[in-house]
Amino acid sequence: MTNDRYYKRTWVISGIVIAVGVVFVCRLFYLQVIDSSTKDKASKNALLNQTVYPSRGLIYDRNDSLLVFNQPVYDVMVVLREMGKDFDTLAFCHALDIQPEDFRLRMDDVCNTRKNRGFSRYTPQVFMSLLSKEDVSVLQEGLYRFPGVAIRKRTLRDYTCNAAAHVLGSVGEVNQRDLDSDTYYALGDYSGRDGIEKTYEKLLRGEKGVEVLMRDARGRLQGSYHNGELDRPAHSGTDITLTLDISLQMFAEQLMAGKKGSAVAIEPHTGEVLALVSSPAWDPKTLVGRPRSKNYSDLLKDKHKPLMNRAVQAQYPPGSTFKLIQSLVGLQMGVLQPGTLYPCGGPSSQPIKCTHHHGSPVDLESAIEQSCNPYFWQAFRDMLGGGDDVARLHRRYDTWREQVVSFGFGSRFGSDIRDQVTGSIPSSKFYDKIYGQKGWRAITIRSLSIGQGEILVNPLQLANEAACIANGGWFVTPHLARLSDEQLRLVGLDDGMYTPRRTLVDSVHFAVVRAGMARVMTAGTGRYYAVPELDMCGKTGTVQNPHGKDHAIFIGFAPKDNPRIAVAVVVENAGFGATWACPVASLMMEKYLTDTITRPDLQQRIQSAVLIQATPEQ
Amino acid sequence: MNRRNSIWAGIDWTTVFLFLVIALFGWVNIYGAGYNFEQSSILSFSNRAGKQFVWLLTALGLGFVILLIDEKTYDILGYWLYGFMLLVLLATPFLAHDIKGSMSWISLGPVSLQPAEFAKSFTAIAVAKYMGRYGWQLRTWRDLVVPAAMVCVPMFIIMVLQRETGSALVFASFLLVFYRQGMTGKILLYGALAVLAVVLVLRFVPIPDALWDAVLQPHQRVRIEVLLGLKDDPAGAGYNVAQSLIAIGSGRFFGKGFLQGTQTKLRFVPEQDTDFIFCTVGEEWGFVGSVGLVLLYMFFILRIIRIAERQRDVFSQVYAYAVASIFLCHFTINIGMVLGLLPVIGIPLPFFSYGGSSLWGFTLLLFILLRLDAARINKLH
Repeated sequence: MTNDRYYKRTWVISGIVIAVGVVFVCRLFYLQVIDSSTKDKASKNALLNQTVYPSRGLIYDRNDSLLVFNQPVYDVMVVLREMGKDFDTLAFCHALDIQPEDFRLRMDDVCNTRKNRGFSRYTPQVFMSLLSKEDVSVLQEGLYRFPGVAIRKRTLRDYTCNAAAHVLGSVGEVNQRDLDSDTYYALGDYSGRDGIEKTYEKLLRGEKGVEVLMRDARGRLQGSYHNGELDRPAHSGTDITLTLDISLQMFAEQLMAGKKGSAVAIEPHTGEVLALVSSPAWDPKTLVGRPRSKNYSDLLKDKHKPLMNRAVQAQYPPGSTFKLIQSLVGLQMGVLQPGTLYPCGGPSSQPIKCTHHHGSPVDLESAIEQSCNPYFWQAFRDMLGGGDDVARLHRRYDTWREQVVSFGFGSRFGSDIRDQVTGSIPSSKFYDKIYGQKGWRAITIRSLSIGQGEILVNPLQLANEAACIANGGWFVTPHLARLSDEQLRLVGLDDGMYTPRRTLVDSVHFAVVRAGMARVMTAGTGRYYAVPELDMCGKTGTVQNPHGKDHAIFIGFAPKDNPRIAVAVVVENAGFGATWACPVASLMMEKYLTDTITRPDLQQRIQSAVLIQATPEQ
Repeated sequence: MNRRNSIWAGIDWTTVFLFLVIALFGWVNIYGAGYNFEQSSILSFSNRAGKQFVWLLTALGLGFVILLIDEKTYDILGYWLYGFMLLVLLATPFLAHDIKGSMSWISLGPVSLQPAEFAKSFTAIAVAKYMGRYGWQLRTWRDLVVPAAMVCVPMFIIMVLQRETGSALVFASFLLVFYRQGMTGKILLYGALAVLAVVLVLRFVPIPDALWDAVLQPHQRVRIEVLLGLKDDPAGAGYNVAQSLIAIGSGRFFGKGFLQGTQTKLRFVPEQDTDFIFCTVGEEWGFVGSVGLVLLYMFFILRIIRIAERQRDVFSQVYAYAVASIFLCHFTINIGMVLGLLPVIGIPLPFFSYGGSSLWGFTLLLFILLRLDAARINKLH
């Protein structure tokens, strides 16, 4: 065009276009290249990582009987937005067998964002949880009538029998500590709270999977993201086979019903625990699902302390059952020979009187048979040596102690049995502290000779003592499950628990002790409860209890040659070991070895005896 | 030379090509925005992409028809067309049904049209005719009274009667046209300074509610407040922009891929196939795609400015600058809004956003220019 004075203004206008474009490119560069926060925000917006729960591993007994499995439970879910105005509340209440008032209260809870933080009108919300199949069956059939209502299936633990509650433990919701210590868990997850469920949690729990779902701006789920490429399937937990023999366990629990105490049976040459009974116990089914917390707090409040696993957490002086250890250590120290004789002055013996009537002097076998207190006092005195040589006393006491603890006393077994207490075999330093280094002699600690005084053991250690004698000088750490090395590492256990451990007493010394234990069952304190063809060996004990009636204790094994079961039984506040503990152990051994009971009357008498009231109020 | 042949020879195919690329890319993104991970057919008429395909075909038909119409028609009928347009704009609020508070849509059988989208073309023609008449020159401000009134009348009708602030605002782009024809640049400068001053005042001086209510509708006030950081409200008024930025930002450098955008698909971004269509580009095509589209628009607008400069009569040049300014205005306001640089003002991205009215309106605007440009060769004779 001619005469265009303003021609140059085209550059200004073009410049504006370019300036706008440059500003946009810079802004885009900032948003899409520099600022990386938006990607997370976008994921949070649109992606929902939905956990896929694996099914927890099952638990079997040694004969592959199923003990613990998963039961389906049902949650009734509601999507408020889909329920609509025509929702038939009355029919819905009727289907679930609840009152309309109840319906209203529950709905208020669902909509209460303080109680229910994940509330949305567009996603399923829990209306009622942990219902049984029967509870939801009516609703299930008529579900089509209730838009916006869905039934979600979950699993809870279930049990085939009311037994072994302490061993199995229970499963419950994780607490803050679990959440802090293991990133695997999320709020609301379940994990093993105690027992086998806790020890083998990492095997039983399996591995959670994840489903990456997309949701739209209103929270409605829109299917899987990237065709599920980012999903991870759940892996079911590992099944665990226990060493327990559930029929023996149940039998022993029946015998111990109405009593406080415990019964432990071990297969001597493997260390496998056949039965681990603590009484009183509870039905494992009661610690599942909705009633769990209430029932658990009831158990906590129970004055008989059922939650305490007495088989490993209760400690008592071993009483006369300790005389077996005294015999063995005496033999090993060279103080005793099978033929060593000591006199017994009967009830008037000093410093410890004898509680049985028998001839004098007696040899070792007879002393065991008759549980002769003076014999073992004199043997103990000679083990520690007389005179005023303090150094020698300490040396001999320490030797004695070292041999005693080699049977597993005074410490925990490193094994899959939880919550063990150590018990106590006092050291010489302990007595130095009490009496002064020169202030004590054998006579000072004479109670130890007959298993009283400062010695404390738990029933599992007593059963292991029986197993050591049955094996003739060695034992395998008592354990509840046999697993591969890799699995043990995963749960933080040492594979050393399957390796036999020798005691410090040579095998040659065991024959005489076993012979003495056999005589206990034929002629001694256990003679009324022996089954002759089973060739039982045993030792009774009656432990003085400053708080009440004596505790009855028995340890034994059978048969005498190639023993297949070793047992320890403690019945608290029951009186004589021979009267209460021995029959329980005898019945257990018979049951395990023959699978029959030839003495139904005895079984009846024992299992119907209620001794628990004898406990004084604490 | 046959006259008709010379028309086809004179058409600026570069512009047509840019127009087609932008429109097709837009159509692909409309499909992407409406895609919900399940449906698959891009040509189903039940979805927006299918409908937009029909709009595209008819727009091409419209463009073809415009190219066939003699360019002198616009010069001759310019004021008549403008007058007819004003009547339609005035009638619209009485025929319209209320859509989100706007009274700008009228139904013609199965389709709804927004006359305001066509008003820009006819205003441009009328202004061009006035400024292009023999002897007109911009010497004093009086020379601008008539063309300014031509712009302000439809702007006023659209803003006040139809309540379409966005569409009305576009008429401000005629300032650039006036500037090119000799209006003092100070007005542009002062205008920019005035906007800046208003922003600063709003930012730092408390404004009484009564004053706000007198000037702006409540939702407009909130949009401005959010933009200026006076209100932080990502779940409310700031939601659109916040979600828009998340969608674009999460696309990163190469984008999530066609149909892979979660933010747009799952309806986190509102109006995603119309005013916020650029989010889909940002999320699925990333920085590469977004910058590509920005460059396309820049080339497109600069090309139109070049066309404007090669016109041999004032009518065509004024019209061409009007076209360039209107596209620049839409481009700036729409993308500026989506990128959180400007307040939320609902105007479409030319040829890109879903919608028949805007697509037809822009096609009309562009193809009249193409016809004028194609005919410039004949003007030598």
